[in-house]
Amino acid sequence: MTTATASHDDHHHGPEKGLMRWIKTTNHKDIGTLYLWFAFSMLLIGGALAMGIRMELLQPGLQLMEPQFFNQLTTMHGLIMVFGAIMPAFVGLGNWLIPMMIGAPDMALPRMNNWSFWILPFAGGILLSTFFMEGGAPAFGWTFYAPLSTTFAPDSTDFFIFAVHLLGFSSIMGAINIIATVLNMRAPDMKLMDMPLFVWTWLITSFLLIGAMPVLAGTVTMMLTDRNFGTSFFDAAGGGDPVMFQHIFWFFGHPEVYIMILPAFGVISHIIPTFARKPLFGYSSMVYATASIAFLSYIVWAHHMFLTGMPVAGELYFMYATMLIAVPTGVKVFNWISTMWRGSMTFETPMLWAISFVFLFTIGGFSGLMLGIAPADIQYHDTYFVVAHFHYVLVTGALWSIIAATFYWLPKWTGRMYNEGLAKVHFWWAVISVNVLFFPQHFLGLAGMPRRIPDYSLQFADFNMISSVGGFAFGASFILFTYIVVDCIRNGKPTTSRPWEGAKGLEWTLAPKADYHSFNKPPSRELIEAESQHS
Amino acid sequence: MFVFAVVIMPPIYDVFCEITGFNGTTGRVDTEQEYEVKEDRKVDVSFFAMTMGGFPVQFKPKISSMEVVPGKFYTTSYIAKNNTDQVVIGQAVPSVAPTDAALYFKKLECFCFNRQVFQPHEELEMTLRFVVEPELDERIQDISLSYNFFKLDK
Repeated sequence: MTTATASHDDHHHGPEKGLMRWIKTTNHKDIGTLYLWFAFSMLLIGGALAMGIRMELLQPGLQLMEPQFFNQLTTMHGLIMVFGAIMPAFVGLGNWLIPMMIGAPDMALPRMNNWSFWILPFAGGILLSTFFMEGGAPAFGWTFYAPLSTTFAPDSTDFFIFAVHLLGFSSIMGAINIIATVLNMRAPDMKLMDMPLFVWTWLITSFLLIGAMPVLAGTVTMMLTDRNFGTSFFDAAGGGDPVMFQHIFWFFGHPEVYIMILPAFGVISHIIPTFARKPLFGYSSMVYATASIAFLSYIVWAHHMFLTGMPVAGELYFMYATMLIAVPTGVKVFNWISTMWRGSMTFETPMLWAISFVFLFTIGGFSGLMLGIAPADIQYHDTYFVVAHFHYVLVTGALWSIIAATFYWLPKWTGRMYNEGLAKVHFWWAVISVNVLFFPQHFLGLAGMPRRIPDYSLQFADFNMISSVGGFAFGASFILFTYIVVDCIRNGKPTTSRPWEGAKGLEWTLAPKADYHSFNKPPSRELIEAESQHS
Repeated sequence: MFVFAVVIMPPIYDVFCEITGFNGTTGRVDTEQEYEVKEDRKVDVSFFAMTMGGFPVQFKPKISSMEVVPGKFYTTSYIAKNNTDQVVIGQAVPSVAPTDAALYFKKLECFCFNRQVFQPHEELEMTLRFVVEPELDERIQDISLSYNFFKLDK
């Protein structure tokens, strides 16, 4: 770390010049920026794949591509969005914000921080390179169920396995870093229950990551040995069981979905109080709700597997446990609504994204409850209803909160204000088109259209066309988003250190554009209390 | 958690399936033990045969179904014929539906306990001796037993 050596009289010494700054950096702000740009470029690549999917589905029949290539698109779209876009974006936000929110000068393990970022482009590169290999990219869906991914997979699957290993390493190191930072680098006068909710949710998410990612690494390692070294973990002929693959995969996979949504809850818990000009309602219940969601996420995995032939007792247990998650999640939703209740609300862009998050994420939550009902799931399983459900929670949930966070903290990152008028146009464009894109998929699913198919029966044609048109509009909205962000960085009007009237939090006590090194001295107890989220 | 996933979960999963009948895993008995038999209760057991991934053996049950009294032992057999000029080695994997019956479907003797070796053009009759335990839920009147033959390389 760059603790001042004796000869340094200038304690604002800045970053290195040129490209090496980004390669060698150990600064949490630089690494946060790298993560965010990486995630954004992956979002665009994953989005381009989705455009391919929606183009093929615009009309019934096979127009543009072979079914095998279509399957590669759906698989890689899922993998890139989950592991390349959403997760790194949250790690980027965590890097940028956590030290500033807890009054720390940097992350606890800055060199490891650099490493955990620089693994990512290589992992992403390996994953994307499979498109150009013989036999094509993995085509077995992002859930890579055995034996599709073992006996019947293309050779490029081994590259996919190593990419997942690397992504896992990166996530685990990021999580360790965040835990060490939050527990050791917090301002001495900040108690755990003084921490802002984004820090709380990330701390809990880190524990989920450390618990779940090694299970994923184990799953792909077993796949690797099944494929190349003659083991039979998932091969019934040798005494293994493909259903066990699903158990182990979802034992990772279900915590994973909360890894992607808990930090989002944190972001929203900052934005809503700011623009409602009220302290967050039920701060401690938010913390406990987050912790209970994290715990419950480990004991509900088989609700993804109601159709594998579980005994009735198993179906009932996983159904009830799944329903139970609605309780802490409901606590959160009601807390956000109560925070807005009788607040002096204004509707700047971050608030618009946050309110639409609450509304649309709740729709995704409700369709999740419907899927969690074991007997109903017999009809919904593997239909477009599932696709609609997880896009409502991941796009209008996780991604929405990332965009909200971008607009909310962009002034702090750049010292400049984005173009509010354009940002509002972008919001309405995105929020309308995303619903045109995903809402009809509920109907398609209920009518029986299966997921992961390049062609469909004629009765699904109308809704698919509506959905595709919405998809193209939603995809195009990111061109405007890119413009707004770049325009803000280059030409935005200089802003004050607290651009949002009602904003609380230690990060708003820093310079308008946060200095390269902030909080060289820890903030005082008075300051922490004045900036705390509870009343 | 990595060690947990690779080293601990698979064996635990096997034991769990054996104890609970989860996933249609059938049980095993070592002796012809005595059960309390209610003669008036009857259960239909249907037999199914499948082969996986181009397994070059014709495989079918000798009889497609039989009526059994829970608590009594029965013997039936499956017939398999190797249609190739090569030696074929295979492993049969059983599964019982409904899963709630799997726990009470016990086998004393089964060709699935070992791998089977088929000489070129050999036809084998492979026996199966089983019992449906009387603890089986009263509501279950039909049980399906299916075997899936997988090819082994050696």
